[in-house]
Amino acid sequence: MNVTVSQPDCLSGESVISDLSAALLHPVSIHVGSTPTEEMNGAGNLMDFLDEPFPDVGTYEDFHTIDWLREKSRDTDRHRKITSKSKESIWELIKSLLDAWSGWVVMLLIGLLSGTLAGVIDLAVDWMTDLKEGVCLSAFWYSHEQCCWTSNETTFDDRDKCPQWQKWAELMTGHAEGGGAYVLNYFLYVLWALLFSFLAVSLVRVFAPYACGSGIPEIKTILSGFIIRGYLGKWTLLIKTVTLVLAVSSGLSLGKEGPLVHVACCCGNLFCSLFSKYSKNEGKRREVLSAAAAAGVSVAFGAPIGGVLFSLEEVSYYFPLKTLWRSFFAALVAAFTLRSINPFGNSRLVLFYVEYHTPWYMAELVPFILLGVFGGLWGTLFIRANIAWCRRRKTTQLGKYPVLEVIAVTGITAVLAYPNPYTRRSTSELISELFNDCGALESSQLCDYINNPNMSRPVDDIPDRPAGPGVYNALWQLALALVFKIVITIFTFGMKIPSGLFIPSMMAYHHHDWIIFKNWCRPGADCVTPGLYAMVGAAACLGGVTRMTVSLVVIMFELTGGLEYIVPLMAAAVTSKWVADAFGKEGIYESHIQLNGYPYLDVRDEFTHRTLATDVMRPRRNDPTLAVLTQDSTTVEDVETLIKDTDYNGFPVVVSRESERLIGFVQRRDLTLAIKNARQKQDGVVSSSVVYFTEDAPQLPASNPQPLKLRRILNLSPFTVTDHTPMETVVDIFRKLGLRQCLVTRSGRLLGIITKKDVLRHMAQMMNQDPESIMFN
Amino acid sequence: MSSGRGGSWTFAGAVVVALLLLDFVDFAQTKNFEDVRCKCICPPYRNISGHIYNRNVSQKDCNCLHVVEPMPVPGHDVEAYCLLCECKYEERSSNTIKVTIIIYLSVVGALLLYMLFLLLVDPLIRKHDPYTQPLHNEEDSEFLYVCVQEMRPPVDPQARGNTVLERVEGAQQRWKKQVQEQRKTVFDRHKMLS
Repeated sequence: MNVTVSQPDCLSGESVISDLSAALLHPVSIHVGSTPTEEMNGAGNLMDFLDEPFPDVGTYEDFHTIDWLREKSRDTDRHRKITSKSKESIWELIKSLLDAWSGWVVMLLIGLLSGTLAGVIDLAVDWMTDLKEGVCLSAFWYSHEQCCWTSNETTFDDRDKCPQWQKWAELMTGHAEGGGAYVLNYFLYVLWALLFSFLAVSLVRVFAPYACGSGIPEIKTILSGFIIRGYLGKWTLLIKTVTLVLAVSSGLSLGKEGPLVHVACCCGNLFCSLFSKYSKNEGKRREVLSAAAAAGVSVAFGAPIGGVLFSLEEVSYYFPLKTLWRSFFAALVAAFTLRSINPFGNSRLVLFYVEYHTPWYMAELVPFILLGVFGGLWGTLFIRANIAWCRRRKTTQLGKYPVLEVIAVTGITAVLAYPNPYTRRSTSELISELFNDCGALESSQLCDYINNPNMSRPVDDIPDRPAGPGVYNALWQLALALVFKIVITIFTFGMKIPSGLFIPSMMAYHHHDWIIFKNWCRPGADCVTPGLYAMVGAAACLGGVTRMTVSLVVIMFELTGGLEYIVPLMAAAVTSKWVADAFGKEGIYESHIQLNGYPYLDVRDEFTHRTLATDVMRPRRNDPTLAVLTQDSTTVEDVETLIKDTDYNGFPVVVSRESERLIGFVQRRDLTLAIKNARQKQDGVVSSSVVYFTEDAPQLPASNPQPLKLRRILNLSPFTVTDHTPMETVVDIFRKLGLRQCLVTRSGRLLGIITKKDVLRHMAQMMNQDPESIMFN
Repeated sequence: MSSGRGGSWTFAGAVVVALLLLDFVDFAQTKNFEDVRCKCICPPYRNISGHIYNRNVSQKDCNCLHVVEPMPVPGHDVEAYCLLCECKYEERSSNTIKVTIIIYLSVVGALLLYMLFLLLVDPLIRKHDPYTQPLHNEEDSEFLYVCVQEMRPPVDPQARGNTVLERVEGAQQRWKKQVQEQRKTVFDRHKMLS
């Protein structure tokens, strides 16, 4: 991006800022519309509406909060202008129609790209996971299952073998069985895993450091109005897609669902920059990002409706009806695109699509509720342990060696995962196996029931049959797998590679419960379906960790197709949320937001303390007085000094220092740019020029230099509260309107200011947390 | 500015073309003969062990009678045997898989080469450029008021000429600074992403 305004040498620092703080995707260009005061500034300005009075006015700096009201009013202005112009000619009418449809076009593009990327990711993960064990000789791009697709082996025992697929030991030494081959396979498995994860973390570190982690906490913060430049950029998109495949294939205990939401939001940001309606308005952009998040979950789980609900419940801050429709459309297009790529070869969207038809009994509600309780407890444990570990990583020496950390965790995971066949394969396959009912000839050990060969009915009545030795063998292996997975996920989530946690949370290990409940059933009655318990257990665990309710249930039954099981799923989800909330109100994402100190004002928190606005406002008793500008007696030099000496984001403008009656509020960035521009462009503006915010210039003697009018950048309608307003109301105003700051007055005179950071710090203080942990503005 | 928007259009156009290419590969190719199959799983029956049968038949022929060949049971038992068998129709697109994996590997290879270039070759061939200073502290980079001395040498892009190579180099320098800043935020100061 080139800055086209030529700059004198010493102000070239500003161009560095503009370049740096605007990533490749945020071209800082002429904006349409400005503050609501624009309309009142004289009729002549309506003709050149598109010419921004000052360049770059109206953009935000990195790590700052947007002004929702200003964005909304700018959009209304733009829309009104287009509507009024559309009556002039056919061409204008067409332009107005295109503007109206641009939203849907953006959704379509987002759905297409998200679906394609998800398909690519699925296919690549499938292949690379099997690459750790062997390679297909006829066509190297086939995974194990694809390679043996056309095998003619008919015997049941040999169905996984085919001559084209060879394990590494067999390829290198010619021996397929034996201790030596096992060790060599083991060694190569670990080596491949280390190679993949090392490549992933190096790419992240060199090209896009923002691509690490899950992404959902940061996206929640961005959607609430925070600016993180580069977080949704092109390089982040590319690197996240590429390294997600590597991270999942290396066998680490992480999922791809959270990062897919990040990928979808990056796609949303990419397509936003094509249309000025979205690229120049941060508020509208966030509508698109909400819908993109829905598309991300839709392709991650094959659950379009669950995706929309997830975006509503977990990710978005404001979710008007228009966003609901747009999310629906984006999720639909994404699911359709993924379906057309058909990554799993069976026209399903997700690996673990299962179909049950066995009913459940009313008495089984008790075990379902118990599963919910366990899920809630597990969720609490996981959140506490993971946050403790992440805090340690953040504050101690451990955080200085991210690459070593990734390699160490991968090494441990691979070394411990290979011997146990349940952890050797990817978690998705494991879940698929555990969710599945044992049909005819399932090769899994879990289905090793003693079959009566003389049976004439289809092999469906599992509870009737005594468990063969394979089942008991499987049980203790599963238990070990469970313990291992719990421990390793705590250390894996939060590392410097893309990592999600939906899949690890869904570990369906409640299969073993059926042994306990087996005695509750009479022989001959079909009562316990282990796969169902696995599914309900998975839902309970995921609910305990993320505290999702409605969206979780919808995702689970869209995932598995089990519409008969909505009630058990709801029971388990609600119970797990109650149990987990008893120990701590925050889910994993809110906990990470708190850990990083993002300025996120949660809509769910209730503020019930009886403090007033005076208790929170600044300046406090010992602070210096409030930094204000006067309406017509400050000079340019004074303003510059004020900006240099302080780091406030904005300044109130009062009539005069004696009367202190409030006129309006001006942002620091707008002031900086306006003065810089005035010095370059306007003649006669020097350091002793007076800055005025009124409509008419003040009466000055002729010897004074030309005054500078800055009324355009003044916001004439700042939000004010009186000093006796209860903080409950103030917090509500901040939340509902998305304010950045609020001025406090008494009898019309300006007393102080409350910013969002002050509100967050006050809330943290009231909840006995460390108020200094709120880091950003 | 307009070049930024133009850059976005180019990138988005390339993405859409790649997308359509992938879908086209899937749709336009006639189904490879080997890409469809009907898989019938027949459990043990009396004294016959379990078997799996694969055949490349179309979806309407995907049932026990067409696929299970040779039939292991005599004629009167066929119906009973076939009731136990489960037949499933599956299809895949081998071209999609091939194209996807090859594209993915080439992207990873390109990134790997670029990374090696940036880490090893770039510092050697570039002599220390006085115009590309490392980014100083964020706080003191917001100087706006009149400064009598030059803060740093002029980097006005227009003054350097607009040849493509120089613009690319300028863009690359800016990108490197951005990534460096991101790296400091995430890895060093641990301000974000724990």
